[in-house]
Formats: sequence, structure tokens, C-alpha cells
Amino acid sequence: MGVMPTALERTLIVMPAFNEEESVAAVVREVFATVPGASCLVVDDGSVDQTYREAESAGATVLRLPINLGVGGAMRAGFKYALEKGFANVVQVDSDGQHDPAGIAELVERLDDHDLVLGARFAGVGQYTVRGPRRWAMVVLSSILSRLTRTKLTDTTSGFRASGPRAVALFAQHYPSEYLGDTVESLVIAARAKLTVTQVAVAMRPRAGGTPSHNPYKAAVYLARAGMALFVALIRPPVALREPVVSL
Amino acid sequence: MNTVTYVFGIIAALIALAVVIESLRRHHLRERHAVWWLLAGLVALVVSVFPDTLGWAAALVGVTVPTNLVFFLSIAVLVLVSIQHSGELTELEAETRTLAETVALQDLRIKELEKAVADALQPRRNP
Ligand SMILES: Nc1nc2c(ncn2[C@@H]2O[C@H](COP(=O)(O)OP(=O)(O)OP(=O)(O)O)[C@@H](O)[C@H]2O)c(=O)[nH]1
Ligand SMILES: [Mg+2]
Repeated sequence: MGVMPTALERTLIVMPAFNEEESVAAVVREVFATVPGASCLVVDDGSVDQTYREAESAGATVLRLPINLGVGGAMRAGFKYALEKGFANVVQVDSDGQHDPAGIAELVERLDDHDLVLGARFAGVGQYTVRGPRRWAMVVLSSILSRLTRTKLTDTTSGFRASGPRAVALFAQHYPSEYLGDTVESLVIAARAKLTVTQVAVAMRPRAGGTPSHNPYKAAVYLARAGMALFVALIRPPVALREPVVSL
Repeated sequence: MNTVTYVFGIIAALIALAVVIESLRRHHLRERHAVWWLLAGLVALVVSVFPDTLGWAAALVGVTVPTNLVFFLSIAVLVLVSIQHSGELTELEAETRTLAETVALQDLRIKELEKAVADALQPRRNP
């Protein structure tokens, strides 16, 4: 055997992408440039544009879903791929360029003593701001989920997160596909399966291209849907993590 | 209204709510399908616990017989939910079609690959 692979070499960067032809190639290249030895999987979720070609030309492995499954559905496919190919960790990075790949190394570092590490946007780094109902929803969600996970979380809807081996095994089976379920309910599932959660402050950037998914009307609906996602997550029975799963 | 009908109304609303919540818990019902039933169940519960709200709401929209408002709202919810279901069904059919096409195209690609591999191996097997 050769040299023991580093934690980053055993990490799969999963990028859910839906019609992101304008930005996905640049993000993949930036990930390869910032994270030495990284493996990058773009999950093209039934895009109707050139996302697939762009991602492939930038050197990513592309999993092309024939129909749109949503971010959660795409991520579960990514977790399954990681499990099958023997990756220990999974880091989710948005393909619209909002997540700075410079944060990946720090997220993975914290996986040493935690199962799930969130990249939090409001913890003092960068200048990402959200206002109105979407902001209130985030604050309420954070306080409830902080209690549940027994750690201080300030940005629970962040898609920028790293999952360790235990989380990868859990999420490959149970990753919600409902809107907001992928971020909110997955945290509840993790907490109830006794996984440890923590957060790291990361900088968040404006989109590199394409159109934002939330207009003002959607922002108002967001509050109600966030409440619904949390309610459903809390009434559902906990799922257990089947051990042993750690393969190092 | 006597106590029996009052209690009966509350129990019926509670049962409806319980069925919806239990279905959600067992992943038998997805959130976006459950939300209308949850709302209808909650309204039914409020109306059965505080019957006066029904008379007040009926007077507000100018319906003389309060029960007619109940019928109207129930039918409206049912119609809207069936329309939603028809929409979802249409979407599912479109997705099934896409999946079937993908599988068929993949099948073809695999057959062509198998043939190409077999052809490539042929000379080596019979020298
Ligand atoms: N797999 C999959 N990914 C999606 C879908 N919709 C959006 N995404 C991806 O999810 C990531 C985040 O989506 P965004 O639309 O940026 O959502 P957001 O970051 O929460 O919100 P804004 O950037 O403020 O609009 C991006 O990488 C998108 O390409 C989808 O239906 N399926
Ligand atoms: Mg974004």
C-alpha cells in the first residue's frame, strides 16, 4: 500500500446542480484548485441546459438523473455513490458559486470529532445577509435545532456542510427530499440518531450566474414551509444508525 | 345542539387529524399532500369546539344557513385537492415516460457495448 490517504482525499465533494451551466464549470475548477486531491461529483438533476457537459469538461464526475428529484434527492444519490465508492466523507457545495471552496478544508478538519459540520453564513465571516420572513424563519429554526442537537447553530438552512462516515451511512438511507427537508429534517434525523453536530463560520458569496430560486413571494411562503418541515421532522419516529459502518 | 352531537363533532375532527398526522409520521403521506388535509382537520376542530365561529363566519360572508357554508367549504377543499392530485398524476406519468425512455436507451447502449466487446474479443478466441 502507498501513503495513507489524507482526510481530504477520502472526501467526496457533491454538488447538486439544476440548470447551472453558467457557473458549474467555474465552481468545479475552483474546487480542484483549492482542495488538493479532491474528488468531485456533480449531480445533474434533470437539467435542461448544458450543466452536464460543462461539469464534465471541468473534470467532475457527473451523475445525471433523468428526472428532477430536488436537492435532497440529488444529495441522497450522492451519498449512495460515496458509500459505494468507499469515500469516508461527503461535503455538499452549491454549484451556483455561493459556497467558497476555501471553507471545505476547515469543514473536513472538524469531522475529526464531529459527524456533521455545518458551514454557517451568519457567524461573522463574509457579508451574506437575508431579510424579512426568510430571516425570521432561519432564526426560529436555529434556536429549536440548536436545542435538539445540543450545540449552538446559527444557520441551519445552509447547504454547505460536511458529513463524516456515520452521517454518510445514515444519509445514504434517510435523506429527505421534501423542500427544506434536506437541510432542516436531515438535522433532526442526525440528532436523533445520536450523531454529533457542530458549525464553522464560512463566508458566503453572491451567485456566480443563473437566477436565484427565491423571489419575495416565495420568501413569505418560506416561513410556513420551514415550520411544516420542522413539525414533520419532530413527529416522525427516530431512525437508528446501523453500526458498524466506519471503514477507514 | 346537545352534548352528544357536540362531542361527536370534536371526536370526528380529532380522528381526521390523527389519521393525517399518523400517515405523515409513517412517511405514508408527503408533506405537500398532507397540508390541505391538516388545514381542513384544524378548521373542523375549531368549528366543532367553538360552534359560534361557524355562525359568525356564515354571517360574515352572508350565508343564511351556517351548515351550507360547511358544505360549500368541504366541497371546495375536495375539488381543489382532486385537481392537485390530477396534476401530480400527470407529472408522475411524464416522469415514468422519461424513466422508461432512459432505460430503453441505456439497454440499447449496453447491447451495442456487449456486441462491440464480443467482436473485439473474437479474433483472440479463435486464432
Ligand atoms: N439537484 C437539484 N439541485 C438544485 C435544484 N434546485 C436548485 N439546486 C441546486 O442547489 C443549490 C442551491 O440552490 P439555490 O437556487 O442557489 O438556492 P439557495 O442558495 O438556497 O438560494 P439563492 O441562491 O439565494 O437563490 C445550487 O447548486 C442549485 O444548482 C433541484 O431541483 N435539484
Ligand atoms: Mg444559492
